[in-house]
Amino acid sequence: MKVTVNGIIREVAPEQAGKRLLEWLREDLDLTGAKAGCETGACGACTVLVDGHAVKSCMKRVEEAAGAEVLTIEGLAAADGTLHPLQQAFLDAGAVQCGFCTPGMILRAHALLLKNPAPGREEIRRAIHGNLCRCTGYQQIIDAVELAAPCYRK
Amino acid sequence: MSEMREKGWRNDGTAKVTGRAKFTGDLKFAGMLHAVPVYADHVHAVLTGIDTAEAEKSPGVLRVLTHRDVPGANRFGQIIRDFRIFADDRIRCHGEVVAVVVAETRAQALAAAPLVRVAAEERPALLDPEEAMRPDAPLIHESHGSNIINTHRVRRGDVGRGFAEADLVLERAFTTPFIEHAYMEPEVSIALPRPDGTMEVYGSMQHPFSTRRFVAACLGLPLADVEIIGTPLGGGFGGKDDTAAIVCARTTLAARLLNRPVKMAYSREWSIRESYKRHPYRVYYKMGLTRAGRITAVDCRIIADGGAYCSVTPWVTWRSTVQCCGPYVVENVHCDTIGVYTNNPVTGAMRGFGSPQMNFVIESLIEEAAEKLGMSGIALRRMNMVRQGSVTITGQKLEGHTVAMEQVLDQVLKEIDYESKLARCSRGHGQRSGSGSQSASSGIEPVGSVGAEGVHSGGSQAGEVSSANAPDDDADELYGIGLAMSYRGVSLGAEGVDFCAAIVNVQADGSVLLEAGVHENGQGAEAAMALILARELGIGLEKIRYRRSSTSVIPDSGTTVASRGTIMGGGAVALAARELKQKIAAFAAPELACAPEEIVFAANQLAGPGGRSLPFAEVIRRMFQKQQFPYALGVYRAPQVTWDEETGQGNAYFTWVYGCQAAELTVNRKSGKVRLLNAVACHDIGKAVNTTMLLGQIYGGIAMSTGYALHEDLQIAGGRIAHTNLQRYRIPRAGDLPEMTAMIVENPDPVSPTGAKSIGEPANEIMAPAIANAIYQATGVRYRSLPIRIDAAKAPGEGQKRGEQ
Repeated sequence: MKVTVNGIIREVAPEQAGKRLLEWLREDLDLTGAKAGCETGACGACTVLVDGHAVKSCMKRVEEAAGAEVLTIEGLAAADGTLHPLQQAFLDAGAVQCGFCTPGMILRAHALLLKNPAPGREEIRRAIHGNLCRCTGYQQIIDAVELAAPCYRK
Repeated sequence: MSEMREKGWRNDGTAKVTGRAKFTGDLKFAGMLHAVPVYADHVHAVLTGIDTAEAEKSPGVLRVLTHRDVPGANRFGQIIRDFRIFADDRIRCHGEVVAVVVAETRAQALAAAPLVRVAAEERPALLDPEEAMRPDAPLIHESHGSNIINTHRVRRGDVGRGFAEADLVLERAFTTPFIEHAYMEPEVSIALPRPDGTMEVYGSMQHPFSTRRFVAACLGLPLADVEIIGTPLGGGFGGKDDTAAIVCARTTLAARLLNRPVKMAYSREWSIRESYKRHPYRVYYKMGLTRAGRITAVDCRIIADGGAYCSVTPWVTWRSTVQCCGPYVVENVHCDTIGVYTNNPVTGAMRGFGSPQMNFVIESLIEEAAEKLGMSGIALRRMNMVRQGSVTITGQKLEGHTVAMEQVLDQVLKEIDYESKLARCSRGHGQRSGSGSQSASSGIEPVGSVGAEGVHSGGSQAGEVSSANAPDDDADELYGIGLAMSYRGVSLGAEGVDFCAAIVNVQADGSVLLEAGVHENGQGAEAAMALILARELGIGLEKIRYRRSSTSVIPDSGTTVASRGTIMGGGAVALAARELKQKIAAFAAPELACAPEEIVFAANQLAGPGGRSLPFAEVIRRMFQKQQFPYALGVYRAPQVTWDEETGQGNAYFTWVYGCQAAELTVNRKSGKVRLLNAVACHDIGKAVNTTMLLGQIYGGIAMSTGYALHEDLQIAGGRIAHTNLQRYRIPRAGDLPEMTAMIVENPDPVSPTGAKSIGEPANEIMAPAIANAIYQATGVRYRSLPIRIDAAKAPGEGQKRGEQ
């Protein structure tokens, strides 16, 4: 069984197939950007993209991603380290405080913008409704998503 | 000034948006073991035995630790040393840890934990603070001699005379709930034994120095043998002090005894079970006013459920006491505040620290009194509010800084167009009349009606909402607007010794290492320190590196609490920078042919009056050549405060901040659902350091306070927390919140070296009463318990008169 993670094909050992996707990413691949905030699908800190869809990786088994392309926060910036426009927008808008929700929040917003590159603020609000943040009140996160949206229209 | 973008700049920003930021839970060390806590399913019981034999035989288990393994103090605390690192004599609450299982893997440790056997004799649990206060109640801590943890008081004037002068006396009772901090990152700690016998500790805790005291006491080590190293913290909000420090202490003990690195990562369930909460309050409040609206007297009794251990209950309740009349001048005050032990979860510090409870009480009562007197709540506030030179209820004259209470109030009134919208509130009758242009123009679709048949008292509003944004008519939506305001003593006040250090260490190439004794809790403290330094030295941000924080480098500067980070840490940085500039200027003066004090530090240069200048880096290079270190330790000592426990009089805080917030909302008369349409805040913060981050504090504070008003209520049944994860403990989500407008007023404070004061807690202490007041204006019903649950069956217009809850 193979899973492509951030463009790299990963062989999944049989004993890893039943693991939670979050655990596999964090422990076996050392991709610790996805966080464990609740491990019950309540907080969204573990959000990653599977074939372009935002999923809570604590609620998925690795085998459910067999053959799929997984994008984690570590794979979003360019290879030379240049930040993705959405990452830059999070910085410019002041959308980062403690940063624990940030990777999941960015990927959730990325999934939205891939589908809808011109969302209104209410649409952004609805899209990130399942991702909890205790620091920001979400306002500057919504600002950031709005700020980055034009880059998805190019 | 800088090549780097200053707007919203954070030194940890790139790391956090790329996933490179390593939180404690993301770290691994070779040979690392895993530890998990073991709880007993008791709320109150006498511990008669702990049998770890079976658990220790479980595969992969190296050791099971209990209180018997603690070489130092098993009991510790910041005020009363009653916290147990491990339960030793009794189990006093459901979150008590009896043992820790250490194994090669986390799975092995988890498998062994249920095998620890606890023998205990159940005792009746005391779950009601007023029952626990009775003289005949069984004692929760026999050594304390009483279930009353602490009392505070204010005795001012003569309340008997004050009430005699009153034309209106209101007596009301209020209650507030347990609140879970719900930081996104659960507690986690890693400890490593070092070859020289010292211990290295990483942890999700917000107070490294406090954590070091807990760890060193538990292990029986000197402070110098324990180094707490800062890692990114996934939120704290006051909640990662003593219980998070104890997680670090247990982990470090395991690492020391097994001589291997140990990690203890908490699940959300353990975090909620064990961590302390915001105190629930019961407040019995009596206020007297003259017909004209002057407050003549206040008599209040405040009861705080302190839970099973003291934590910082005496300090939390002290702030409630000092601020028990809100930002109002009252000549006659009698206040008794009581913190009480119960067998409920421990309560302690949470953002606001005793003020959110009291502001809900006062700002609700002020509006009710105004209505009974037939005057506006704003007029009543203006008549009684603190002004320049006012004397507070503790006898402190407000001087030496700008008393900006009316300034922030006026800003909010204007921004939200309060007066005209107030006139259009539903008050439980008819259709509401729209949320006005504010929310319509902010991109949120207003919910509710601006129908032609709407109530238009106070003039026409229809023209203010463009037809394109006009919502559908919906007669079930009741509209209300409300506000609340507060003043707040800055930093610790008479709670503690208040001083802070910063080290600025310029390297031979002109780059700068900075460290301050405040902790990065996610708020952007390190970035604020670097911004202050860059401005003071006139150098670019890219020249400055904030050192990884360590308790072994910077002097103990207290805890990063009480919204003191920017004023105390920033003050120390500014003073260090100024001392450093004197050294550098004294060195450079001969070369610039001027007096040292004539040299200006700007644009990475030192410039003299004659047009001569030298690059900053060049001067530094020459200093090193001449055997001079460009190094400074800055120490900011807070001005003296005073307090008399007997009378509750004194200069409680060395300066104050002022804030006002307002909200617009609708209440659905059938479902009871509250929808926020708009929120506006204005705070005098002294001086902004990082405006983008500052606004983020305000938005986040409003959000958290909205949860307090409408969503959050940690349910505890028989001493057991019913809401064990974030599905059931519901914190505000993006869709629960309105667009927010945050404004600041800058009156630089002379006692602050940077002019800056505070925002973290001021932002989080008044939205709940603003919402309560808006709900009253919508429904005509006063709610005196948080969170507010609208009883739709009692909604006015459904055959009921305006009432009270």
